[in-house]
Amino acid sequence: MKTYQEMIFRLKQYWAERGCIITEPYDVEVGAGTMCPETFLRVLGPDEYRVAYVQPSRRPADGRYGENPNRLYKHSQLQVILKPTPEDVIEQYLGSLEAIGIDLKKHDIKFEEDNWESPTLGAWGIGWQVMLDGMEITQFTYFQQCGGVDLDLVPAEITYGLERLCAFLQDKESVYDIQWTDAFAYGDVRLKEEQQFSVYNFEMADVPTLWKLFELHEGECQRLIDHYKGLETGKERFPVLPTYDQVLKCSNLFNLLDARGAISVTERVGVIGRVRKLAVGVAGIWVDQQYTKGEVAA
Amino acid sequence: MATKDLLLEIGVEEIPDWMIADGLSHLAGKVGELVAQLGGQVVMSEATPRRLAVKVSGLSEREADREELISGPPKQANPQAVEGFAKKNGITVDQLELVETAKGTYYSYRKQVAGKAAAEILSSGLPGLILGIPWPKTMLWPGKGGARFIRPIRWLLCLLGGDVVPFTINGITSGNETGGHRQLGAHRVAVTIDNYEQKLRENFVILRGEERRAKIVAGLPAGVKADAKLLDTLTNITEFPTPILGSFSADYLSLPEEVLVTVMRFHQKYFSVTDSTGKLAAQFVAVMNTSGDGDGLVKHGNERVLRARFNDARFFYDVDQQKHLPARVEDLKVVTFQAQLGSYHAKTERVVALVRELGGDDSAARAALLAKTDLTCEMVKEFTELQGIVGGLYAKAQGEPEAVATAIYDQYKPVSMEDSIPRTRDGQLLSLADKVDTLRGCFGIGLIPTGSKDPFALRRAAQGIIKILAEGELRIGLKQLAAGVDKLDEFLIERVKYYTNEIRGYAMDEVNAVLAAGADDIQDVLARLEAVKAVRASEDFEPLAASFKRMKNILDQAKFSPSGKVDAGLFEDPSEGALWKAFEAVVASSKGTGYAQTLAAMATLRPAVDLFFEKVLVNAPDMAVRANRLTLLFSLKTEFSGIAEFSEIVPKTQETHAS
Repeated sequence: MKTYQEMIFRLKQYWAERGCIITEPYDVEVGAGTMCPETFLRVLGPDEYRVAYVQPSRRPADGRYGENPNRLYKHSQLQVILKPTPEDVIEQYLGSLEAIGIDLKKHDIKFEEDNWESPTLGAWGIGWQVMLDGMEITQFTYFQQCGGVDLDLVPAEITYGLERLCAFLQDKESVYDIQWTDAFAYGDVRLKEEQQFSVYNFEMADVPTLWKLFELHEGECQRLIDHYKGLETGKERFPVLPTYDQVLKCSNLFNLLDARGAISVTERVGVIGRVRKLAVGVAGIWVDQQYTKGEVAA
Repeated sequence: MATKDLLLEIGVEEIPDWMIADGLSHLAGKVGELVAQLGGQVVMSEATPRRLAVKVSGLSEREADREELISGPPKQANPQAVEGFAKKNGITVDQLELVETAKGTYYSYRKQVAGKAAAEILSSGLPGLILGIPWPKTMLWPGKGGARFIRPIRWLLCLLGGDVVPFTINGITSGNETGGHRQLGAHRVAVTIDNYEQKLRENFVILRGEERRAKIVAGLPAGVKADAKLLDTLTNITEFPTPILGSFSADYLSLPEEVLVTVMRFHQKYFSVTDSTGKLAAQFVAVMNTSGDGDGLVKHGNERVLRARFNDARFFYDVDQQKHLPARVEDLKVVTFQAQLGSYHAKTERVVALVRELGGDDSAARAALLAKTDLTCEMVKEFTELQGIVGGLYAKAQGEPEAVATAIYDQYKPVSMEDSIPRTRDGQLLSLADKVDTLRGCFGIGLIPTGSKDPFALRRAAQGIIKILAEGELRIGLKQLAAGVDKLDEFLIERVKYYTNEIRGYAMDEVNAVLAAGADDIQDVLARLEAVKAVRASEDFEPLAASFKRMKNILDQAKFSPSGKVDAGLFEDPSEGALWKAFEAVVASSKGTGYAQTLAAMATLRPAVDLFFEKVLVNAPDMAVRANRLTLLFSLKTEFSGIAEFSEIVPKTQETHAS
């Protein structure tokens, strides 16, 4: 395995060969690939789907000013959704590791119980963290519920942590030393971003402004949900996807406020509840719309 | 009749290690019940993360034939009804017989039922049985209308002798194939009952848990003490375990040993290694789920991961030292203890006051003040299981007195009944006060454990209090600790019962007898229990205890309270005077001695008591004589009632009768 980007190419190629649509990252800030509509909304309802995409995932509180060799404000995940789950899903997954040059006979692989739950998304699933020579490289989840809704077809979600996987392949102690290409290291591409966003997230983000933005997006989202619920006709053209974007905005603002230390432990539960209410609301109207448009047998 | 063997293997995606034992034992139990009707017995049940296997021997090929009596219409019913009944059963009326029952006489059909074939019983019984395994958390697959199991089932192997027992679960059909090790074995392998384990072995699966465990233990270098829990885990997350020795830079040994061991043991599932002097060595043992590491890649990878983890720990350690514990007390204001009970800062203030109230000195109060500050440290946020321990280590590193640091370090002890109590008086006081505060607070807002519901682990907290009082240096009464909080006193006494009975092994009736005489001072309770247990061995004790019960009944019935002393002049029978004399002698001789001597002396009263009850009717017609006798009994009973309520003692002979 040569470079970071080559590893990504190969993984995308591998999953494309297995019927996945390859999309580009979603263009709204998210904390994890799971939150993209390509996962969060697509797993709902009875339609089959297969998709793989790289998603930069922003977790403001994890920023370390570019000084910690393993922790990043923004890391990249390769997110694979297989709906429904093929019977040989684990064999397919292991094949993807071979595709990026890992000789499985020479390494130790363990599947350790790790169930996933996102209170803000009203979502949970059952699965494992996949350990390669003692390092977690993948989160493997069978989704069970999303937005508080039981899933018709249980999808497998495979989430690769790309930086740490590549650091393993290239045997680097720091993610910043990863060779992105032969000429450029990961640090050349991303270090400045880590530094500046850490400064902003921890020190300079204006708390009242963040709260104001949170409330604006929350209001817009709730307004749209309520509007949908009042509709007699025309549900099929209702903008559910833009409504969901508002949830993502709220979620990111919540993370920023949290990193800024602006949310006390007692407030936390309440704010998570507000975001969850929106996520559950959108999931509900998404499912309703799918059945309304007549493309799906109810 | 010839019998056959049965082999069942459920191939599953990786089952969480801690659920395997219970799941397997449930499966084996249910299979055992199913095959019992065929005379079969479970002879093997084993599991790996990817399979549950059960083998049965001695199965008959079919059930015994049997007769079934089907009742039809009554004797007086019209002929059409009788004919209809016969027709429904596929026979003619002359094949029916009249059977008399308590309710009347009925036309009945004595049906000869051929026993079902074993394969048929298994085919219809196994699917429900398998899906009925009660896993702690199940998943649905492949979607709505599918099955629930711990993880998806990927193959079913089921052989009866040489034949496949056919059945289907969620689209998976049984066959004669198992699966090999994910990386080293064949994907699917056809087997027979006889070569099953051998075929698995050829495909790098060691079926038997004990063998996997032994393989791990055999591969450990000297200096590794395999802790049982981690060994269990590793046995149950591997199909072909192989230990390898790795090392790390000795520089990291400057970090607290507790942190290093936690990272290795709990986060990386490594065994830590000690040198010949018992000190932590810069090495670890990882257990791979594969056959070897010829190129050293696995070792290299694990060392790399551990280095990153240790670097994190060092980073946390250094960052944490930038703000000392005293400066963090204020930060506890934003750390919630419980929504209604306020922050950890509020809790800290209460615990400091309580430590003082319970006789704590400056050092104990200082420990209480700093006890929870480590909750704001990065190290504890990362390694939550090290709360308290990190506080203790930091306190020491930051120059707090040894006594303060030790108390903070031990504040959560005992974390279980097997764990030891805090080493020092300050530590005991802090741990006790912390737990008492939690209990008072939670009981005060109605968070009282019921049944199996105990989200705040209040039983464990209370149990810890009892253990500390029983085994430590503190003498504090339960009433003072309960402070009148509703139901808390009884809750603590329940825990005393548990501790004395379950942990210390005193008989339940002894516990009841002793607690009925006072339960406030735990160490006194224990001293009295020990005395009762000792005297119980004497043959006079239980009959005497029975006499005490009789005395109690007599006194209760008479609703007696004494108005004066025993008057020797009112004795009518020599046995009265003899008892009185013997009693006064015992009182005199045991004055100033311990419980054990007092009870031993008391036991000598038995002949006198027996004689008294034999010769004398307490309820004499003469009221003065009667009162005098009651006074005598009252004195006798009261004299020893501070040690135990002997009427609670259940004689051993009686116990045997009951059981």
